Amino acid sequence: MQPAGVAAPLKVDISEKTFRSAEGVTIVALRGLSFEVRQGEFACLLGPSGCGKTTTLRILLGLDRQFSGSYQLPEGGSNRVAAVFQEPVLLPWRTVEQNVRLALSARLRHKDLDRLFEILGLSSMRSLYPSELSLGLARRAALARAFATEPAILFLDEPFTSLDERTADRLRRLLMAVWAARPTTALMVTHNLREALLLADRIIVLSPRPAQVLGIFEVGLSRHLRDAPALDNLVSDFHKTFADAV
Amino acid sequence: MMAKHGSEKRDRAGLRTWSASHSVRSALPAATSLASLLGLGLLWGMVAGMWPSRALPPPLEVWRVLLKEAASGDLVYHLAMTLWRVAAAYAVAMIVGSVIGVLLGRHRRADSFFNPWLVLFLNLPALVVIVLAYIWFGLTEAAAIGAVAINKIPNVIVTMREGARALDHRYAEMATVYRLGQLDYVRHILMPQLQPYFAVASRSGIALIWKIVLVVELLGRSNGVGFQIYLYFQIFDVAAILAYTLAFVAIMLLIELFLVQPLERHATRWRRRSA
Ligand SMILES: Nc1ncnc2c1ncn2[C@@H]1O[C@H](COP(=O)(O)OP(=O)(O)OP(=O)(O)O)[C@@H](O)[C@H]1O
Ligand SMILES: [Mg+2]
Repeated sequence: MQPAGVAAPLKVDISEKTFRSAEGVTIVALRGLSFEVRQGEFACLLGPSGCGKTTTLRILLGLDRQFSGSYQLPEGGSNRVAAVFQEPVLLPWRTVEQNVRLALSARLRHKDLDRLFEILGLSSMRSLYPSELSLGLARRAALARAFATEPAILFLDEPFTSLDERTADRLRRLLMAVWAARPTTALMVTHNLREALLLADRIIVLSPRPAQVLGIFEVGLSRHLRDAPALDNLVSDFHKTFADAV
Repeated sequence: MMAKHGSEKRDRAGLRTWSASHSVRSALPAATSLASLLGLGLLWGMVAGMWPSRALPPPLEVWRVLLKEAASGDLVYHLAMTLWRVAAAYAVAMIVGSVIGVLLGRHRRADSFFNPWLVLFLNLPALVVIVLAYIWFGLTEAAAIGAVAINKIPNVIVTMREGARALDHRYAEMATVYRLGQLDYVRHILMPQLQPYFAVASRSGIALIWKIVLVVELLGRSNGVGFQIYLYFQIFDVAAILAYTLAFVAIMLLIELFLVQPLERHATRWRRRSA
């Protein structure tokens, strides 16, 4: 486990991000988006579909450098980032275990992954190829890869979409289990309010495109107390503050 | 550490059981092919028996010539010379063609500039390239191999360029996020995606190359199967011509069967398992 407190938080200050569509029309995806994620905190970016959540993550991951503004990633510790994309993005020609190990730094290449695979219920699937996995299992493998790298910060882009509700729920609990085993500063994108309320310490609520921060919702309740009735209460609390968001 | 070891063992075992079941499955088509070839031989024997002529010797006589040439060591020598030229031209064509093809596939500007060159070379008759190579660079081994390679390179470029254009950017983005090294990127992300295209280029490449090598040998070499065929053509010895041809075709088939196909199966094992 990485000692808490040594790393700086994630600071985002994007003044503008525009896309030029195929017909030459300019689309403003983000404007004046700024927020912070504290060290060791699990934060959610909650916003309607198409508001610019994936765009924000791509900028923070360094995959898109055409924007104005700045951001600061957590420093210290491993200094690495990890991502769970909207799709699992596993290499089909490598086994589950090879996919995970490939993402590791040279220092960690041969580390013991038994416990991580066990928590995620992947122990018997290490030598399978991704084409032999269901989407739910592939998502778990993507989670395993992200956590195995022991990142300074973890980005998750709607990692539970296109799953049936039961599978999605099981995966959310698995995510919490691996996260609890090694609390990492995390920023997860979602448009599912209940999901955000179940997982997050804080929810950063975004406006429709161009995305801006409407406000912050602190989920005060400790995670193990968030059962169905508690979530219902949180939802109504949330709607009191953000009447027309999501 | 231990866990890694275990999974590798499982992997290897998985491969072994798979190849065993494969040999059972492939036995039947092999028997069919053998019967079919035997039939062709019989037909040839019958035709040669009905219309005896120097132009079409019976299979047995060809077989006799084959044994005689083999015994004298000529057959092996000329086969080896041709085979080495095929291998050299193949290696040069695949390496040069792949590098240029991938570069053109990744750089749109360079591609649109060089595309007319490519079209020109694609349409250049093999004979012209060979003759010019011999005129410009002399009747040398390098000119011969180079001429064969140049005939194949444009095809490889086109195929590999297609592969480079079809690269999935999501894998590259994953590699960026997880900071994969250059070597890991090439080995685990670039090459597996290009492999099917490489296989296609490679397959059509061998077939084309060995045919052109014979022409190159006929025009400007003093050994190899092509040279021998030319020699026996001048004294109208059809049995010898057929003996050399069949020996070489047989070798190319063996290479395809025992080298190319197993390699390809190994490279695409992840795809077969899902089937
Ligand atoms: N490459 C692009 N070219 C043009 N427009 C784009 C491009 N990528 C995204 N956009 C536009 O930017 C806006 C934000 O897209 P983004 O993918 O970030 O949304 P999102 O919040 O992740 O949505 P979802 O919840 O559906 O995943 C959308 O309106 C989209 O049409
Ligand atoms: Mg998105």
